[in-house]
Amino acid sequence: MEHYINLAVKSIFVENILLAYFLGMCSFLAISKRVQTATGLGCAVVFVMTLTTPIDWAIQTYLCRPGALAWAGLPNVDLSFLTFIAFIAVIAAVVQLVEMIIDRFSPALYSALGIFLPLIAVNCAVLGASLLQVERGLNLGESVVFGMCSGIGWALAIIAMSAIRYKMRYSNVPPALRGLGITMLMTGLMSMAFMCFSGIQLK
Amino acid sequence: MIQMAAAPAPQTPPKPAAQPKPRLRLLSGADKRTFMDPLSDNNPITRQVLGICSALAVTTQVRTAVVMAIAVTVVTGLSSLVISVMRNAIPSKIRIIVQLSVIASLVIVADQVLKAFVFDISRQLSVFVGLIITNCILMGRAEGFAMQNPPWRSFLDGIGNGFGYSLILIIIGAFREVLGSGTLLGFHVVPKALYAAGYANMGLMVLAPGAFILLGLLVWAQRAHTGYAEES
Repeated sequence: MEHYINLAVKSIFVENILLAYFLGMCSFLAISKRVQTATGLGCAVVFVMTLTTPIDWAIQTYLCRPGALAWAGLPNVDLSFLTFIAFIAVIAAVVQLVEMIIDRFSPALYSALGIFLPLIAVNCAVLGASLLQVERGLNLGESVVFGMCSGIGWALAIIAMSAIRYKMRYSNVPPALRGLGITMLMTGLMSMAFMCFSGIQLK
Repeated sequence: MIQMAAAPAPQTPPKPAAQPKPRLRLLSGADKRTFMDPLSDNNPITRQVLGICSALAVTTQVRTAVVMAIAVTVVTGLSSLVISVMRNAIPSKIRIIVQLSVIASLVIVADQVLKAFVFDISRQLSVFVGLIITNCILMGRAEGFAMQNPPWRSFLDGIGNGFGYSLILIIIGAFREVLGSGTLLGFHVVPKALYAAGYANMGLMVLAPGAFILLGLLVWAQRAHTGYAEES
């Protein structure tokens, strides 16, 4: 249990997927103008990542890894070159599925998230978490925790940034620095602040 | 009257200024604009805000930045070409998934090539080669340009955007490598005398915040130069 909490803290704060690995910057920059939409997108990303990371773990373990097809009597088959296309297909399918399920069971949430759901398929944080868990060789339980907490870390960063950008409306920024420039500088400061968490070990 | 006045004209040779000099040109005017615009005025990173993720992650050294830049340029050019060739056959409802599968197939090829020829750099780039799939430049150019334009121009647009991306990547990579570790392409460029005088490498540049702040400053400089301003 301690091990999982440690992993959770690490992926939310210490190795924040946005502020330390630069993943999901595009939607982070585009959707962080209003707190409400940022919160909606953040929740949707947490949800999708919690599902896709373990599914991609299963695909990797039982389909794509060298020798993974031993259960089907084909121990010499290596499908690892299919990893990317299998992962992105799973992500696109899960996003579509989530969209349909939310539409069926909670129309209110669907209308709140509606436009952002399809965008998640091309969010690099989702694919990035799947690829990182392969690289680190996590097991199933770890991949669930890792996927969910990376999503929470991303949501935390985008919500905080949207709140800061809301306040920024009252300040006089040089014209050429408005928008992307000042947002990058603020992200840099935020990333520096998150570095203070490094070295935290729960033991 | 008019005919009579016009009649003597063919006897004198036409002035050279009246007609453009016939010379071999690879690119017509519009094609050239398609190719050159993304390099500065319409740069994919600083202006269109696409493809930031990998721009920051792979730029701690110039070597990795260059390899990544080449991979992205090739994949962007080819994916624009392929999608443009198929554009009339793609049903609009499933176009995103078709574009994604074209891009993913090309990225798999790029990944295999990198693994075969520059294995150690491919290890350093780790997951970011795979993440070219979700690089917004590819989807952005496929959706915004290749779906409406003929193959040759789409290819030029893809390559041009790839070069615009490469330019920013290499600038950031150079700054981060020189300031962060005192080397450029692996060679020491900061003289020993400076270290002796108390200069130290700036560790921050190698870490994430340095990349964010450097890109912010670069965007500021580029936009101040081109005079573009976002409304806040």
